[in-house]
Amino acid sequence: MALTATTPPMELTAPRRRWLESVIHAVLLVCAAASVATTVGIVAVLLSQSIPFFREVSLVEFFTGTEWAPLFSPARYGIIPLVFGTTLVAGGAAVIAIPLGLGTAIYLSEYATPPVRHAVKPLLEILAGIPSVVFGYVAVVFISPLLRKVFPSADYFNALNASIVVGVMILPMIISLSEDVLRSVPRSLREGAFALGATKLDVTMGVVVPAALSGIMASFLLAIARAIGETMAVTLAAGATPQMTLNPLKSVQTMTAYIVEVSQGDAAAGTPEHRSIFAVGLTLFVMTLALNVFAQMILKRMREKYE
Amino acid sequence: MAITARTTAPLMRGSESAPVGRDQMSETLSSQPPVRPPAMRTEAGAKPRTAAEINKLPKKVTATDVNFFYGEHQALHGINLGVPEHHVTALIGPSGCGKSTFLRCLNRMNDMIEGTRVEGTILLDDQDIYRPRTDVVELRKRVGMVFQKSNPFPKTIYENVAYGPRVAGVRKREVLNEIVEKCLIQSALFDEVKDRLDTSALQLSGGQQQRLCIARALATGPDVLLMDEPASALDPKSTARVEDLIFELKHTYTIVIVTHNMQQAARVSDQTAFFYEGHLVEAGPTNELFTKPKEKQTEEYITGRFG
Repeated sequence: MALTATTPPMELTAPRRRWLESVIHAVLLVCAAASVATTVGIVAVLLSQSIPFFREVSLVEFFTGTEWAPLFSPARYGIIPLVFGTTLVAGGAAVIAIPLGLGTAIYLSEYATPPVRHAVKPLLEILAGIPSVVFGYVAVVFISPLLRKVFPSADYFNALNASIVVGVMILPMIISLSEDVLRSVPRSLREGAFALGATKLDVTMGVVVPAALSGIMASFLLAIARAIGETMAVTLAAGATPQMTLNPLKSVQTMTAYIVEVSQGDAAAGTPEHRSIFAVGLTLFVMTLALNVFAQMILKRMREKYE
Repeated sequence: MAITARTTAPLMRGSESAPVGRDQMSETLSSQPPVRPPAMRTEAGAKPRTAAEINKLPKKVTATDVNFFYGEHQALHGINLGVPEHHVTALIGPSGCGKSTFLRCLNRMNDMIEGTRVEGTILLDDQDIYRPRTDVVELRKRVGMVFQKSNPFPKTIYENVAYGPRVAGVRKREVLNEIVEKCLIQSALFDEVKDRLDTSALQLSGGQQQRLCIARALATGPDVLLMDEPASALDPKSTARVEDLIFELKHTYTIVIVTHNMQQAARVSDQTAFFYEGHLVEAGPTNELFTKPKEKQTEEYITGRFG
């Protein structure tokens, strides 16, 4: 045909490169790289300052020493008292938040009617949005005096004080994560149990909670990791006395609070005292990372079970 | 007479508040012992041939003028159906015709769906199961259910079968052992799993899981077994095993089975009921309904002209 003979063959090479595509690709890559680079950078800083610190203070002393006194002469760098402080506050927060959080999650997922659920969830969001410094001064101004009325022997700044507010802070996290896993238990399991003549309590405690248990555990671990890393409220409320005690009414110092203290103080960069905050930070980082990784592993296993 | 089944009510004894004046029976379902031995075997497999013969049989379940509503939508219109004791009744019909809804009325599983309402009466023996003060927990022990998709609990094989008796209060290990073994034998699963009762039920094949769910339903000692397309997710070989099982079980239990598969209805059932758009079009002895249906709609459906 004449038509095909006169039409030139179609040009497959684009007149110019589709440059916008390449630009978008590059911009998005930079975004993704930024967070990775930040993480790598932080780890690098922690290590670069910790390594010289550990040249001066042996790992054995750091991890087994029972006295933390960087300002004394000779200075003592045994991290155990700080770990005690952190454990006491985070453990106390867990003791308060886990039963309360799990109970609320079970209520919301299994018992609450939709209107109640829709009313409560935004309130939890609000609780989650309160700045931690507010929790800190609430602890100092209201909770501490109250505690000292009940327990006259309590220090003004004490671990229990901090545990209570940190417990309230991690509560929304436990509730929302646990509720998600409870609700993800298939409806067919609940129906199967009801069809066998189970009561609501039987179904909830005998089927739904056990089926969701690994996810619930993961929510606890993530919340505890958060409690360990919590800084502002514990710095204000728990005190600044590094000591090995399990008495929650005593003033303690957590790892985070120590880092704040030194950062705000006048320790010169390059001194062991200043470098010690990086060693403490690294320890803290490893602790929370381990908890997070462990929790993610549990959650992954739980997802595989139902998919 | 309107009887309301409210979603919030299924687990609370006597919490229904619908105005019902007719039923004066003082005996409640809850007076039954928690776990009953299976009823005696009756006439082995003799199929009634005619409608007159079916009508003469004692009825285990009698539905009279049953209407069912999902909110404003009426899903069942004036269903009247008698289910003869120790026989298999098949409910057939195209998707969405109300056969599963009707099945779930018989153990009040629809109570769990918000905004549903039942009118009419459904008698189990001579007690109206929608009467106020009916304990749905007791009802469901007597009317067991097997679901379309096998839904074993994420527990061991043993614990799956023992679940019903356990929530009914059976604590003694010997009694539980006996129930578990008997029910697994009845569901033709025992030989395949007897050496691994303590392994997870989720490791069984689909067909085995469905037979486990049947064993689980038998363990509460029901009189009636409701099966909602129990073989629709199974391969032909597993389907055949479940059908053989239904044939065995009908000597001990009264069975109502929903099925999409007309060959299956023809193979396993004594009586067939054809549902279409929420109406019970025709019910009769299976061989009559399939060979000389009275209604044109039935004929068109079973000959495959629609549905």
